[in-house]
Amino acid sequence: MSYVSLTPVDLAIAALLLVLTGAISVAFRLGLERSLAVSAARMCLQLGVVAFVLKMVFESGSLLATGLFALMMLLATTYEAQSRQERRFLGSVSYLVGGAVPFLAGLLASLFAAIAIIGSDPWWAPRFLLPILGMMIGNALAGVTLVLDTITSAAARERGAIEARLALGATRTEAFQDVLRRGLKTGLTPILSAMAVTGLVSLPGMMTGQILAGADPVEATKYQVMIMFLIAGATGLAVVLAGLVAVLLLTDERHRLRLDRLSPPRSGG
Amino acid sequence: MLRVENLRLPPLPSLTFEVAGGQCLAVEGASGSGKTRLLRAIADLDPMSGLVFLDGAERAEMPAPQWRRLVRYLAAEPGWWTDTPRGTFPAIVLDTPRLERQLAHVGLSCEHLDRDIERLSTGERQRLAFVRALLDKPKVILLDEPTAALDTASAALIEEQIRYQLYSGRIVLLATHDAGLSQRLSHNRLLLPKPREAAPRDMGTPA
Repeated sequence: MSYVSLTPVDLAIAALLLVLTGAISVAFRLGLERSLAVSAARMCLQLGVVAFVLKMVFESGSLLATGLFALMMLLATTYEAQSRQERRFLGSVSYLVGGAVPFLAGLLASLFAAIAIIGSDPWWAPRFLLPILGMMIGNALAGVTLVLDTITSAAARERGAIEARLALGATRTEAFQDVLRRGLKTGLTPILSAMAVTGLVSLPGMMTGQILAGADPVEATKYQVMIMFLIAGATGLAVVLAGLVAVLLLTDERHRLRLDRLSPPRSGG
Repeated sequence: MLRVENLRLPPLPSLTFEVAGGQCLAVEGASGSGKTRLLRAIADLDPMSGLVFLDGAERAEMPAPQWRRLVRYLAAEPGWWTDTPRGTFPAIVLDTPRLERQLAHVGLSCEHLDRDIERLSTGERQRLAFVRALLDKPKVILLDEPTAALDTASAALIEEQIRYQLYSGRIVLLATHDAGLSQRLSHNRLLLPKPREAAPRDMGTPA
């Protein structure tokens, strides 16, 4: 097997399919052709910038450059987490739970992989650490968003039930145990279904990429299995952390329900 | 003895009053005057400033769950967190003659414990919650419209139970729109002014 390098002409040919979708939008008067073009251009620009930055980081191989790139990922995660949540916590704790939790869980899983499994040298070798970190954060963030949405909306909807338990003398963790359990379950659903259908329904993007780039499918699969395990670990850690922090933030030291710490629900649409 | 000292419930001026064991204080005022807020504040369910003592102990001296086991708030609309009422009762009392007796006192039976919450009437839910709130014998009972959803016969049963609690030395704070009920049960009244008025008129509560 050999690695087929894509030329700009190849990419332009691939873009013909995008034009086809645009034509459909025009034919059916969907009005999407403009945003389709903008999104595609944005994607090219973003990936282009990331590719060049990554190339620079890989070539320098320094801890500082790797750290800076990871820091950029943390900022992007935090921003993304903010915009995804239906009702977020007021104040700066919101950044902590939405952004720092998935980042921390992803970082732990990535370092574990880099040091204990791959044994990359040095341990921060950006070629291994950064792509894994990105995948971990992305998946952990998806889980965290689900947990936070489940718990905050359940707390608001089931306020009567939670306060009834508190009034009967339950502690905040007792009063929230059902809601917390439901939140954790919801947060772990995506990785569970991903593991169940991987290979049958979809070939994971990373594996596809490796195979296209010339890797042996068996080798690519081994990497993919490792990644899935890592994702499961990172997601589990992030989901539990986010769930516990959410319960603590929704209550106070006098075991009261504090819905006033949440932003008002976003207006529909 | 329950003592409330300088309790701040904006926009009301601060409240100070005492209720002795076996006494019932009727909390009165128009809708929106803060009756529910006052009861919730005493149970420490909402943050607010002021002191609340039970038999000389201020609530901050003990963990909040312990306080709420002594000072029980019963909401006008009780909360449920399982499909049937059974799961919301302490396991230790389930299937005991005592629970059966308590349910019978308010016109219910153990069979009600296994019905879907959704299929119970509002009045049945309210009576179930009443029994649930008193099982562990709290010293102070904060009742928010305990008979609002009840017919005359059921309301009479609840009234009898409140009376029994008072005979047993419990302190009862009663917020209700049922003037007859409050007249028959209460020893003192606390009138909360309408939000615009100046001060709450303390009608004969010993300070």
